[in-house]
Amino acid sequence: MSALRLRAERGLVSAVGGVLVAFLALPVLALVLGIGADDFRAGLRHPLVWPALRLSLLTTTVSLVVVVVLGTPLAWSLARAKGPLARAVETAVQLPIVIPPAVAGVALLLAFGRRGWLAGWLYPEGYGVTFTTTAVVIAEVFVSAPFFVQAATSAFRRIDPTLLVVARSFGAAPLRVLLRIALPLAAPGLAAGAAMSWARSLGEFGATLMFAGNLEGRTQTLPLAIYTALESDTRAAQALSIVLVVVAFALLLVVRAILRRSTERQDVLP
Amino acid sequence: MTKDRMWALQALALCLAALSVLTGCERSQATPPPQEDELVVFAAASLREVFTAMGRDFERAHPGVKVTFHFAGTQGLRTQLEHGAAADVFASADQRHMDELVAASRASAPVVLARNEPVLVVATEAAGQIHGLADLPSATRLVVGSPEVPIGRYTQQILERAAARFGADFRARVEARIVSRELNVRQVLAKVSLGEAEAGFVYRTDVRAAEDRVSLVAIPAELNVLAEYPIAVVTGAAHPGLARAWLDLVLSADGARALERAGFLAPERRGEP
Repeated sequence: MSALRLRAERGLVSAVGGVLVAFLALPVLALVLGIGADDFRAGLRHPLVWPALRLSLLTTTVSLVVVVVLGTPLAWSLARAKGPLARAVETAVQLPIVIPPAVAGVALLLAFGRRGWLAGWLYPEGYGVTFTTTAVVIAEVFVSAPFFVQAATSAFRRIDPTLLVVARSFGAAPLRVLLRIALPLAAPGLAAGAAMSWARSLGEFGATLMFAGNLEGRTQTLPLAIYTALESDTRAAQALSIVLVVVAFALLLVVRAILRRSTERQDVLP
Repeated sequence: MTKDRMWALQALALCLAALSVLTGCERSQATPPPQEDELVVFAAASLREVFTAMGRDFERAHPGVKVTFHFAGTQGLRTQLEHGAAADVFASADQRHMDELVAASRASAPVVLARNEPVLVVATEAAGQIHGLADLPSATRLVVGSPEVPIGRYTQQILERAAARFGADFRARVEARIVSRELNVRQVLAKVSLGEAEAGFVYRTDVRAAEDRVSLVAIPAELNVLAEYPIAVVTGAAHPGLARAWLDLVLSADGARALERAGFLAPERRGEP
């Protein structure tokens, strides 16, 4: 194959990729550049901004911890298990991805609401989780966990099985194999999954609105504040959206940096 | 080699497909399809049932004409119209959004087609405790519309008026019981009909969708604030003749009867231009 041909094909691939970059970047750029500095500053002073930002960071952090703590063992089991039951479970935990978020909110109400299936058992004293900050976390976990489980399962599957067999044959207990061998090896995949899942819960809107409601300081996360502002003042909504985009961008950059460092370290390890 | 070439062709096809999608979007925005046999009506979500029925009558009276509806929250419709959405008629659930479209020369000469009455809906569990506005401060979970949306604004006005009767701190005592400020009236109704909230303010026409799951408490007329629904022909409508005919139908005696059956109130006669 000639060098020219090689370069042409490479160029073609870049061009195709470039179309998608333009498509994805243009609306975000229009959002960020389509607002003057004064409007942006005024938007930042909007009374909804800071309580919503604080609540968003708090709830997404808690939901991320829940997702990782519960999702990692599940992903490990799914990656190790064979057979139709495991495949069925794997598919079932992906379902929240395709359910429209508002419908997910209704589903959460039907399960955990005051008249829901678990109502009498969960809230014997008439206490309800709806309209609380906990409900925000529940909604975020519901919509974001599948992203982490999916990424973590494939990360665990990519581990060379002979490494695990060798470890077991040297007498390492299963939990030790998971903690000392599988987790460090799958760490980059787990971190990428965690970042995806965190980004999804940061942008979560429909299920939260339906299940947790919309009250400043308690259940009004940044996306809900944006939608609320959109009803009255498009520019404030735009300023809030920029805050959301910047926060998400910064945090994803941090995750990428951590990922890069952890993969570099792993290259050194063996 | 053939595999390489096939792959390159596939990449090229993908590229072309992406490009055609992009240019296709541009074209559809630049020139709206000039169909003379269609009427496009943008209307507030609460008009869905009654307008859909009227649309069937309209199509029967105008053979060959197809009525296309777009029902959504008034604020969203206004944003779409401001960005040049190709509609012929706009029916708003709120005078303010119509006024702003008129100010932006996107609509002209709006006429009030009906009024809608805010009412209190109470969940079946709480029906024994909440019989009227005076019981609201003793409720534990109230949902209202966000002050940014019309029903939320009317709710605030109603609570202010009620303060004259129930004491100056009435509004504050009620607001202390609010657990959520919803972004549209159907969300308020959903929270009450699912029993999550004890009571909320919605329009009388909305209650039809949940009559068996909530009880309705009317608000005394002297404390209530009625929502006015204006309708207008959109400036630059592609089908202005049909648009006028639609306004005539909605404002006719038949239209008034249909609106009344749906729970709307007739417009105030003296308020009409």
